[in-house]
Amino acid sequence: MPGNGDRPNEGDKEEMAAAATTATDVPRSHTVCEGHHVVLKRDDVFKAVQVYRRRKIIFEKQWFYLDNAIGHKYGTTFEVSVGGVLQPLKAKSEEIEELNEAGVDNRNIIDDGKSQKLSRDDIEALKDQGLKGQVIVKHLIENSTTFRDKTGFAQEKYIRKKKKKYEAFITILKPTTRIMAMMYHCREPSKICHLRYDTLAQMLAFGNIHAGCKIIVAETCAGLVLGSVMERLGGYGSVIHMYPGSMPIRAAMENFGFPNSFYDHLHDFPINQLNCLLSGSFSAENETLQNQTKVVSGEDNRSPLSTQRGDGVPCAETMMDITQAGETEAKDVACEETENKDQNAVRKSNVVERKSKQEDRLKKLQAAAAALQERNADGLIIASRLYPSPLLLSLLEFVAPSRPFVVYCQYKEPLLTCYADLRERGGVINLRLSETWLRSYQVLPNRTHPKLAMSGGGGYILTGITVAMDRGKSVASIPEPQEFAAKRQKVEESIS
Amino acid sequence: MSFVEYKDVIQNGDTAIVFLGHDSMFAIKVQQGGATQTKYGAIRHSTDLVGKKYGSRITCSKGGWVYILHPTPELWTVTLPHRTQILYSTDISMIIMMLELKPGSIVCESGTGSGSLSHAIIRTIAPTGQLYTVEFHKQRAEKAEEEFSDHKVDHLVTVKTQDVCKEGFGVTNIADAVFLDIPSPWEAVKYAKTALKIEGGRICSFSPCIEQVQRTCLAMTEEGFIDISTFEILLRVYDVRTVSLQLPDFGAADKNNQDTPADTVSQSKRKWCTDSQQGTTQFKSGAPLREMSGHTGYLTFATKSLS
Repeated sequence: MPGNGDRPNEGDKEEMAAAATTATDVPRSHTVCEGHHVVLKRDDVFKAVQVYRRRKIIFEKQWFYLDNAIGHKYGTTFEVSVGGVLQPLKAKSEEIEELNEAGVDNRNIIDDGKSQKLSRDDIEALKDQGLKGQVIVKHLIENSTTFRDKTGFAQEKYIRKKKKKYEAFITILKPTTRIMAMMYHCREPSKICHLRYDTLAQMLAFGNIHAGCKIIVAETCAGLVLGSVMERLGGYGSVIHMYPGSMPIRAAMENFGFPNSFYDHLHDFPINQLNCLLSGSFSAENETLQNQTKVVSGEDNRSPLSTQRGDGVPCAETMMDITQAGETEAKDVACEETENKDQNAVRKSNVVERKSKQEDRLKKLQAAAAALQERNADGLIIASRLYPSPLLLSLLEFVAPSRPFVVYCQYKEPLLTCYADLRERGGVINLRLSETWLRSYQVLPNRTHPKLAMSGGGGYILTGITVAMDRGKSVASIPEPQEFAAKRQKVEESIS
Repeated sequence: MSFVEYKDVIQNGDTAIVFLGHDSMFAIKVQQGGATQTKYGAIRHSTDLVGKKYGSRITCSKGGWVYILHPTPELWTVTLPHRTQILYSTDISMIIMMLELKPGSIVCESGTGSGSLSHAIIRTIAPTGQLYTVEFHKQRAEKAEEEFSDHKVDHLVTVKTQDVCKEGFGVTNIADAVFLDIPSPWEAVKYAKTALKIEGGRICSFSPCIEQVQRTCLAMTEEGFIDISTFEILLRVYDVRTVSLQLPDFGAADKNNQDTPADTVSQSKRKWCTDSQQGTTQFKSGAPLREMSGHTGYLTFATKSLS
C-alpha cells in the first residue's frame, strides 16, 4: 500500500507492518490469521478481539490464548482446556444419553437444598482435575437425587443450564454488522446511545445505503453506525464522518477489520468547523493548527493516535475511547492498554514525524471539506448523543435532492422538534417518525412462547427524503452566511 | 436511473416515483410522448420529466404540483403492483442485516413473489453480488424478470421457474445466504443447505404461523443448522402533532394573593394562570397511529456451520 511506510504514528513499526500485511493487505480469507479482527462467541455472548500469538484473552470468566485458532476456518468451535489452550471441537459432543426415567409432575419434589450430593468443593475439585465440562455435568446429574423425578422437560432444562455453565465452547466468527450491533447492544448499550440492532437495520435500509453512494454519517456510537455503513458500501463510494470534539471515536468500526482500501474514501470532518464551512470562511490550515495544539496539550492523558484513525491502523486504538470513558466493563470488547504508553513516549520525541502527520491530516481535512462542499451527498445518517435538530438542519445543506436521510435518537421528544423544524425549513417530504419493537421466541416442541425478557427501548428514527427547495431557497445554491446564521439562531431559540 | 445507482437527471425509460402527498405516491415508467394523469392534472413525460432533476417539483396541467423522486427499494415496496402478498421494509431491513448481506454476497431466494424483497437484496449486494431467485408460478416469474430488466438490475439476478421444495435453487455451494418465503419452508431447508457455501452461511425463513415456524426449526436442527433464533419485528409509526388540552377552570382567584413571594409552587401556579387566559395548554406529541400492523410473520434465522 502506498503511504503505508510514512504512517508515522506507531511506535512498534515491525509489529505494525506484520499486522498490516496479515490483517488488511491480504484479502480476508476463510481462515483465522494473526492480526485479524475476530469475534469470539460463547452461547449468546460476543467479544471482539484481534488475534495475536501469546496474548491472554479473558472472556466470560475464562482465560485462554488464541494461538491454536490461527489457521482454522472461521466458524470453528473450540473447547478451552487446561493452560488456556484451545482445542478444536471435532464433532458436536455426544449428547448425554437419554434417561427414560422421568416424573410426571413436581408434587413430590421438595426443595430442601440437599438434592445435590456434590458440595461446592467437590465440584471445584472436579474442575481442578481438568475434567471436561461434559463429564462434570454427568457427575452433577448422577448426584442429583431429584433428577429422576423431574419431568422430561425439566430434565432437559437442567442439563441445558449445567452445560451452559460447565461446557466452555468458544466459536470464532468474522465480524459483521449483525454481530457487532448485537454485541454492543448487549454489552455496552450506553456507548451506542442504546441503538438496538433492529433500529440500525431500519436506518441502513431507509438510508438506501449501497455501493457507490456518498454518505454523510454524523455519529457518536463508537463507530458502529459508521462501520455498518462502510460494510454496506463495500469499498465503493465514500463516507464523511462528522464528529464532535477533537477526534473521531471509532473503536467499533475498527473491530470490523476492513481492508485498507476501505479507508481510502473515508473522510472525517469536525462538527465545530461546520459553521465556517457553511459560511465559506473555512480553512483547513486553521483547523489543523487548532486541533494540533489541543492534542499536544492533552497528550498525557489522551492519546493523539486518533487523529490518524482514518488510516485504518489496526491496533491499539481499538481500546482508546473505552479507556477514556473509564468504564470497567468495557475491557472485554477489546484489550490492549499497555501499548499506548510506549507509543506515547516514542511519539513525543519525534517532531519530524508529527510534522508530516500534520501535513497528512491537513490534506485529509481539505479532501473532506471539498467532498462536503460539492453538496451532492447521496444520504445522511445521524445517530449521536447530540441534540439532533441543529445537526440535521446544517447537514441537510450538503445532501442532493431526492435522497433519503435518517436521524436516530434514543428519545422521541427531540425528534418531534426535528420534525417541526424540518417542516418549517421545507425541502423535505415523506417524513416519518417511527420505532420498532423486537420480540424473540423460544421455539421448542411443546414449549414455544415469546422469550421472557425483551428490550424495552431501541430508540426512535425520523426518516424523510430531500427535495428541491422552494423558489429562492434552492438546496443547490449556497446560502448567504447571514441568512444561515439567522436560521440557526431561530432554531436555537425554538429549542430553548 | 437504476435501482443500484443514483442519477441526477430523469431520462427516457426510467422508473420514477410520483409523490402527491403523504402516503400517496405511485411509480411510473417515463416514456417519450407518454402522459400520466394525477388528481392535480396531467404530467407530460417529454416536457415535464425528461431532463429534469430527481427531487424537482413538477407542475401539472391543472396547476397543482407533485414531486418526482428517484426510485429506491423502499419506495418501490410501497408503490409496486402486487401479484402476491409482499414483505414490507420493516421485515426486509431486519432480513438484510441478519443475513449479513453486503456488496458481493451471493443470495438464494424463494419465492420471488412480487419482487419486493428482491429489489432490496439486489440493492445491497450490487455491484458484484448475485441473486438467484426461484418462483414456481410462471407468470409471476416472467413479470419479475421484466421488472428487473426495466430497473436495470437484470445483470444481478437470475430468475428460475421451478419448485424449490422439489428441485431446490438450482445452484450448489455458492450462496452466502438463503431466504425462504414459501408455505412449507421445512421442505426446502435441505436444498438451502446444499445451496449454501461449504464454509457456511446464513438462512432466514419468513412464516406467518407459529406451526410453520416449529416445523421449520425442527428441519433446520435436523440439517445441522445452529444458532436458530426466531424474531418478530413490529413497526410503530407516530403522528407528530401539536395537541392542546383545555385547562380546568378553578374560578376567580383572590386578587390580593396574586403577588405572594415567588416560591416554586406559586410560580407554577402563575404559569397556569397566564395560560388559562386562553383556557388551553399546548404540547407536541408523537401519538401512535390509530391502527398498526400487529403481525406480519415470524422471522427465523440460523447459521449453516462448517460441515
